[in-house]
Amino acid sequence: MNGNIITVEHLSHAYGDLQAVRNISFTVKKGEIFSFLGPNGAGKSTAISVLITLLSLQQGTVTIAGYDLKENPNGIRRSIGIVFQEITLDRDMNVRETLEFHGRLYNIPHDERKKRTQNLLELVELEDKADVLTRHLSGGMKRRLEIARGLMTRPEVLFLDEPTIGLDPQTRMRVWEYLEEVNRAGTTIFLTTHYMDEADHLSDEIAIIDHGKIIVTGTPDTLKNTLGEDLIVIASDQNERAAEILSVMDGVKEVTIRNDELLIMVTGDGSVHLPVFIQELSRHEIQINSVNLKKPSMDDVFLHYTGRGLRAEETDNGTKEQKRRG
Amino acid sequence: MEFGFFTVYLRDMTRYVRFRTQLLSSLIMPAVWLAFFGVSMASNLDRLSDASAIPGVLNISYLTFMGAGVIAMTTLFTSIYGGFVLLFDKNWGLMREIMASPLPRRDIVIGIAGSGVTKSWIQTTVVILFGLLLGVHFFTGQSPLRTVVSFGGIFLFVALFSAGFVFLSAALALSMDSPEGFQGITTLLTMPLFFVSNALYPITGLPQILQDIAVVNPLSHLVRGIRYFAIGDDFTAVGMHIVTTPGEVLISLGVLFIFVVIMFAFALRQVNRTVVT
Repeated sequence: MNGNIITVEHLSHAYGDLQAVRNISFTVKKGEIFSFLGPNGAGKSTAISVLITLLSLQQGTVTIAGYDLKENPNGIRRSIGIVFQEITLDRDMNVRETLEFHGRLYNIPHDERKKRTQNLLELVELEDKADVLTRHLSGGMKRRLEIARGLMTRPEVLFLDEPTIGLDPQTRMRVWEYLEEVNRAGTTIFLTTHYMDEADHLSDEIAIIDHGKIIVTGTPDTLKNTLGEDLIVIASDQNERAAEILSVMDGVKEVTIRNDELLIMVTGDGSVHLPVFIQELSRHEIQINSVNLKKPSMDDVFLHYTGRGLRAEETDNGTKEQKRRG
Repeated sequence: MEFGFFTVYLRDMTRYVRFRTQLLSSLIMPAVWLAFFGVSMASNLDRLSDASAIPGVLNISYLTFMGAGVIAMTTLFTSIYGGFVLLFDKNWGLMREIMASPLPRRDIVIGIAGSGVTKSWIQTTVVILFGLLLGVHFFTGQSPLRTVVSFGGIFLFVALFSAGFVFLSAALALSMDSPEGFQGITTLLTMPLFFVSNALYPITGLPQILQDIAVVNPLSHLVRGIRYFAIGDDFTAVGMHIVTTPGEVLISLGVLFIFVVIMFAFALRQVNRTVVT
């Protein structure tokens, strides 16, 4: 054992002519929280669907918890828990029955099933809702129930596809807390998300995925540090000219223009560079409208590697969700 | 031993018992047929059929004749909707969870057929009891032991027929996306089956072409089995002399058996092809 609980090599998946996942390889270490970060349509859900055995393995090799996906999909099924992107609860079952049903699917003996159901209801704080039909639960409670269901089989890896989509900020934080608690208890977590803050907050390791390919993999800090230690944002009246001047200055790693602003990634302390930059721009009679100094965020990392933001995709996603629920 | 299908069975039965509307409506429909259509037709037809009765042969009322048809009809309409829940599971519910679990896929259709058969048995029992109340003469002249055997025979026929149609229903539900489409197809299937059968009238009175169709209609074979056990092997009804030999009953049983096997294969093929993501 090399400490990797998931090993994926050269995985590709196509729907007819549409190549959704293109030759991706990655490993997930036992006990970590690993995220696929990318916009909708990047291939995240397709990749996760292959790993959890819902889609057939077309190309590549996948090993999870020591089981080969091609040789022993049932071994994998017994080793993982899943929380799907969309709500997949039976509206006509109550909370307890939902967990019991799941336990039966995996042949968990009666007494053990009862015990785990009770423990999990306590974990996700749904004991007092045990006999309520799932149709009467709020969105956050449904998510918590689904997480509990995913843990029913005591999986080695818990897969979550967009776990906090459509939840309000408070509920999101609660879900994050549960996931951290579950992870502390030893469960490896694999999640997909298009929320930067989610990937940043939860993950030990992030793979940025776009157009079916993994673009870069690293810890949140490494990814952010590749952009430089600090990020200076300047808005001026002549951005192109300013960019030319600044890009050759000491300590500047890269200058990009986004939304009428200059993004200057610098090595070392930004607050030291900033006065020098302002002087230099003034000398060239470029008028500065605003100045901002910050640490790079996952947003910046994503923009840097994919060349685009996530804003448009988030809106798309919102409408898609509405259509599905409606 | 693994009884994975029992998980699916239990879940479907829980819904059946929990949501009384499904239970009640499935029991009220046959009652309405018997009480209104049956009684009205009987009061007209019995005058004619009594005139053509053969001395020494049991002459049964139209209500008794039709009682067997109502059991069959109820079984048909319940069973053809037996797999409907899978369409909802696939589009909006549990199917992902089930498909990603180690549960063998055949257990999905076996479980759902099991609950379909159970529902049909419940309905059959209720229709028989309600019919006896209304004046349906089932099991006349049968000893208590023979009545038990007759019940067993009816249950066997109902089970095969019901399982076959639930398999068909499951296969359709798994291959379709819209509930409306499913309802359209099932209505299109069940109405001709119902009318081109011996459920409401003897097929010997039908035009030849319809008789030929009725011979391969599983519903006719179910009705023949039920009448054999509930009424007898030699009787007159609606002016027709109906004689059923044990050989013919075995043929009907065989036809239903083949029907179940074919429908199971169809359902298995569809469930193995189903992809949900």
